[in-house]
Amino acid sequence: MHDPRLLLVVLALPFAGSAIAAFLPARGRNWASALAGTVALAGAILLAGFFPLVSDGQVLRHESPWLPSLGLDFTLRLDGFTWLFSMLVLGIGALVILYARYYMSPKDPVPRFFAFLQAFMGAMLGIVLSGNLIQLAFFWELTSLFSFLLIGYWHHNQSARDGARMALIVTGAGGVCLLVGFLLLGRIVGSYDVDAVIAAGPIIRAHDAYLAALILILLGAFTKSAQFPFHFWLPHAMAAPTPVSAYLHSATMVKAGIFLLILLWPALAGTQSWYLIVTTAGLATLLLGAWSAIFQQDLKGLLAYSTISHLGLITLLLGLGSPLAAVAAIFHTINHATFKASLFMATGIIDHETGTRDLRQLSGLARFMPITATLAMVAAAAMAGVPLLNGFLSKEMFLAEALESQSGTVIDMLLPFLATLASAFSVFYSVRFIHQTFFGPAPTGLPHQPKDAPRWMLLPIEILVLACLLVGVLPALTIGPFLAGAVEAVLGDRTPHYSLAIWHGFNIPLLMSLIALAGGAAAYWKFGPRLNAVERSPIIGRLKARRTFEAVLAAIVEAARALHRWLGTGRLQVQLRLVIGTALVVGALPFLFLGYSPGPEPGTLIDPVFALLWIIGCLCAVGAAWQAKFHRLVALTLIGGAGLATCISFVWLSAPDLGLTQLLVEIVTLVLLLLGLRWLPQRKPEIWPEARKPLMVPLRRGGDLILATLGGAGVATLAYAMMTRPLPETISRYFVENAYPEGGGANVVNVILVDFRGFDTLGEISVLAIVALTVFTLLRRFRPAPESMELPHQQQRQNAFDQASEDRTEGDTLAHYLFVPRIIVQWLFPVVLTFALYLLMRGHDLPGGGFAGGVTASIGFLLLYMVLGTRAVEAVLDVQPVRWISLGLLCAAGTGLAAWAFGYPFLTSYSRYVDVPLIGAVPIASALLFDIGVFAVVVGTTVLILIAIGHQSIRSPRARKAQDAKQPAEGEA
Amino acid sequence: MELVLSLAIGILTASGLWLIFRPRTFQVILGLALLSYAVNLFIVAAGRLRSDAPPIVGKAAADPAAYADPLPQALVLTAIVISFATTALLLVVLLASRGLTGTDHVDGEDGES
Repeated sequence: MHDPRLLLVVLALPFAGSAIAAFLPARGRNWASALAGTVALAGAILLAGFFPLVSDGQVLRHESPWLPSLGLDFTLRLDGFTWLFSMLVLGIGALVILYARYYMSPKDPVPRFFAFLQAFMGAMLGIVLSGNLIQLAFFWELTSLFSFLLIGYWHHNQSARDGARMALIVTGAGGVCLLVGFLLLGRIVGSYDVDAVIAAGPIIRAHDAYLAALILILLGAFTKSAQFPFHFWLPHAMAAPTPVSAYLHSATMVKAGIFLLILLWPALAGTQSWYLIVTTAGLATLLLGAWSAIFQQDLKGLLAYSTISHLGLITLLLGLGSPLAAVAAIFHTINHATFKASLFMATGIIDHETGTRDLRQLSGLARFMPITATLAMVAAAAMAGVPLLNGFLSKEMFLAEALESQSGTVIDMLLPFLATLASAFSVFYSVRFIHQTFFGPAPTGLPHQPKDAPRWMLLPIEILVLACLLVGVLPALTIGPFLAGAVEAVLGDRTPHYSLAIWHGFNIPLLMSLIALAGGAAAYWKFGPRLNAVERSPIIGRLKARRTFEAVLAAIVEAARALHRWLGTGRLQVQLRLVIGTALVVGALPFLFLGYSPGPEPGTLIDPVFALLWIIGCLCAVGAAWQAKFHRLVALTLIGGAGLATCISFVWLSAPDLGLTQLLVEIVTLVLLLLGLRWLPQRKPEIWPEARKPLMVPLRRGGDLILATLGGAGVATLAYAMMTRPLPETISRYFVENAYPEGGGANVVNVILVDFRGFDTLGEISVLAIVALTVFTLLRRFRPAPESMELPHQQQRQNAFDQASEDRTEGDTLAHYLFVPRIIVQWLFPVVLTFALYLLMRGHDLPGGGFAGGVTASIGFLLLYMVLGTRAVEAVLDVQPVRWISLGLLCAAGTGLAAWAFGYPFLTSYSRYVDVPLIGAVPIASALLFDIGVFAVVVGTTVLILIAIGHQSIRSPRARKAQDAKQPAEGEA
Repeated sequence: MELVLSLAIGILTASGLWLIFRPRTFQVILGLALLSYAVNLFIVAAGRLRSDAPPIVGKAAADPAAYADPLPQALVLTAIVISFATTALLLVVLLASRGLTGTDHVDGEDGES
């Protein structure tokens, strides 16, 4: 039962539930909610079983290697504190799901809602259970993402979209800071493990990078927990459906920041900078939130600002740095979650049943919805800190701490007064919430006639309010053991003595509480009626956080646009010149500073044949560059010459595989470019006005020439310096030594491709497949330029001859064209295919392999297409390149997956020799299967690309016919 | 040999660079082809120049010093095939752009060449 692997199940359940819910039909409201509820309850029950263990102070850990080389493990940990927090996430999650079942309208796509909600629950559990900081940051980002989707659930609503975007940007920016902070922390400690980090508290606090790490982590926590000055996103997030607010904005998402502060409290707290930053932010948030809450006219807005204020209170407590304050913070986190979630749900019911949340319109609802009214009153009383409710207990602890911490700073001296003032504000808005909504005359002009909510919708609120009451009356018996477990997990041996009793005698905190209660109530009695006329909160309302945010966003976008206007260009030539120029400068810098010298190795003797080969090769290259503009065919031929020189060099330099592949690819590329030539416009010599070139043209060409020459010279000197230096020790040694014993192949290059680095090759053939499909798709919509639609000159002449002769019909000459080569190629086709298979099969031991074999086979098809014509080939052969590509990919990936079935990592290969009668020992390696996959993909890709271009020429005449018949050419697509 | 090969790489690079700076699509394609020859030769040269030592090992324990470096060759083998795919893709994109815009200028509009 106490297997740590169960934690993995608890974490995986919500994500699995989310995936299932995402595929439920849009009407499956009951199914989706039942599924989500079951998932939450199952998780809670599984976790509940761990309580005896964690309450003993044990820490459960489940580790599995993730990126062991970087010291990253996927770690789940559970101690008393994270246990309490996960129970909060799951328990309130279950209640919210039940509530949402009745809240959501059947017209909405409810399964999607539950899919998001469960995924969010999973992400939140991920944060809580993470035993590794990087993993925690990952789940942290995930909560931002799903909160974005949940807030924007009603995406037809502009304010929902804006609120979602704002929440994502603010919390996402914080998430980046958090990640950087974690990286710093990991550097300081030398480990990302949460337990190691917590244990290394003194080292962290004494380190130079402490302040930077602290500020970055606090930025993450403060943005998430809506602390001043990042609080503004929370009120705008109220555009979310109310169950989302009840869950994310009371119990979970906004508590993630608090959770992090508590989790890292032992490591980070206790320094002057911690105290100053956290206390100040907390205090400012507490006061500002409470003050703004008083002036809200929207019920959810009031609750949102109240949440901000309570989060500020918890942050303030954590900032104080004393263990007792930390106890109060943990306690208040739980209490706030219970009463605030129930208040959000009650607000949802009011909104649902009356059609409005505007305090100015609501009045006297108690007579229409007595149960909701009673529940909301108790919860609001807990929020105000009325005795006998849970809010009172933690608030009392807070007031006591405010009095206790006196280190002489201004904040400390003011703290008791400000704490009382904030409590009074809290009483003020709680009274306003209750009095204006539920008391007074009956409401007029409401969109719906109010009535109480269905039984099951009230149940979650009842449970939460009951919890408020029970904890408030019998704290030691109810929350006591759980709180004790959590506190001990965080504080360890610094756990202070604290008392959960309701009555501590008549002391100063109680007096402060009473003053706050009386003061808040009196203030409402005096100013309450006037509040309905207030448009925005006085003083604070001037801090237009939202407008500032929008202005900053607009400024960033504008700056990016301006930068693009000044520095950007859409012209490829300019971009390429910049890229090459920059590369030249950056490449030259090290040589300028450190000097250039050829290496010490004596060069190998110059072979005159090799030199002659490259004299020809270089002439070809320069000639191609010179002729490419006006004489394309010549340039293509010359390029072929340079390619051939490259090819021979490969063979010369002991790379037969490369020579073979290069030669084959050369053929295919040449045919490809020849096919493309037809669709290019004829290039005519430039005719400049007044028969002279503008000055810019020779200048630009001269510049290009200099840049190209410099680039070539740079690469040449670099290559020379490299080649004359001794070869350092590389992993090649391993490949050569193990190719035969481990990979079962004598051709090391092939063994590297299909075995040692098989994963790279799998990626590469996927790229090939993607390119082929892209080419295919692009050409399906291809429209040749009008002047290249005509038949080629040769065909025109042939047809003219046919028409002139009496005994011939048009097309006869074309049909008999290349008759002899046609027969030869038809006979050759099986030979070429056999040769391709031979190259494939021998590839493991001798030059060849899937790539070379695949290109060879495609050359066979190419020859057929060239001499027979597209239609004739496809009438005889079933050419299905797309199918070959998919089969090849399946074969290669399947070979990789098969290794899993035998308990090895992906793409582990297996080889042995099998005795075949008559032939002898035949090597059988699973890598051969993989190579067959490569072969199929290469054949499919090459053939698909070539025939996609080839097909264009049989399409255009049809398109022309369609035009003759006065039909739009688009019909041919 | 080193000198010959580095000069060859340099000249291939220079011709390729000149061509990719040109405004017409066909020239750019040819330029990329020349550049890919140069880069592939450079990578193979990174394993140093050896003749008559192809990395085809016997069945006995292999001595790495007796063979040319197989690693750059494996890299280049994939590079050759990928460069075919990129050439094909580029060609088709440029053909499509030519069909759509009516020009074979790399920017899709005929400015001054």
